[in-house]
Amino acid sequence: MDNALWAFGRMSGVVSLVLFSVAVILGILNRSGRPLFAIPRFSMTLLHRNVSLLATVFLVFHIVALMLDSYAKLNVIDVFVPFLGGFKPFWQGLGTVAFDLVLAVVATGLLRHRLGQRSFRAIHWLSYAMWPIALGHAIGNGTDGTSKWFVVLAAGSLAAVGAAVAWRLSANFLETAKARQGGLS
Amino acid sequence: MTEILHIDWTRCDGRGLCTELLPTVLVRDDWGYPLALQATNGNRSNPAISPGNIEAAREAVHLCPKLALSLVPEQAKPRQ
Repeated sequence: MDNALWAFGRMSGVVSLVLFSVAVILGILNRSGRPLFAIPRFSMTLLHRNVSLLATVFLVFHIVALMLDSYAKLNVIDVFVPFLGGFKPFWQGLGTVAFDLVLAVVATGLLRHRLGQRSFRAIHWLSYAMWPIALGHAIGNGTDGTSKWFVVLAAGSLAAVGAAVAWRLSANFLETAKARQGGLS
Repeated sequence: MTEILHIDWTRCDGRGLCTELLPTVLVRDDWGYPLALQATNGNRSNPAISPGNIEAAREAVHLCPKLALSLVPEQAKPRQ
């Protein structure tokens, strides 16, 4: 049972990270206003939301498994307050920071209509901080963090998210960019 | 009771979700912004929503990335 919790705790963390990478990329894709292949824009929005929530579910699995595991012995304080852990406190603390940011982003995302656009957007931007912090936690704290397969996975995720962010910052990012720059013909 | 889809132009950024959800009600202009296919009382900003479209209109209000849409009863004339 203990080995199972340990293995599950590690793998759910990896799954969560991959899903968060997809969620960030989908969020950027949404923001461009473009449909993806045959998927309409409203479906992209729902996909972004659902992948993000799924990533959060796996993050909760990751945390709960390592709280129950007799080797990791994560306690409630370490889950919410960063940098106090017994083992690699800095790298574990990054995970805690990322989790706190996820909680803020998810809660404000679900309450968007009540909070209003301005507060929602300000908090939602924290996602851009959350993702690299989570990646740092995975590499620095993970038992597999520096093993070859994980480094390849991390590099691939970094390249994909990095490319999406670079595209986000480019002049023709918006679907309507050309028209709004006066490029109607 | 007919409801009216009010578009708040101070918020709308023309992302196109509402025009996809309500293809029989809205079209996109050249800059991506929604416009009512048919004018209601000479107004192309506040289209009336038929009962068949009400579900899609609610979805549009819910999913609008800029929170620019609201459904208002026809009696209470929306400010323009």
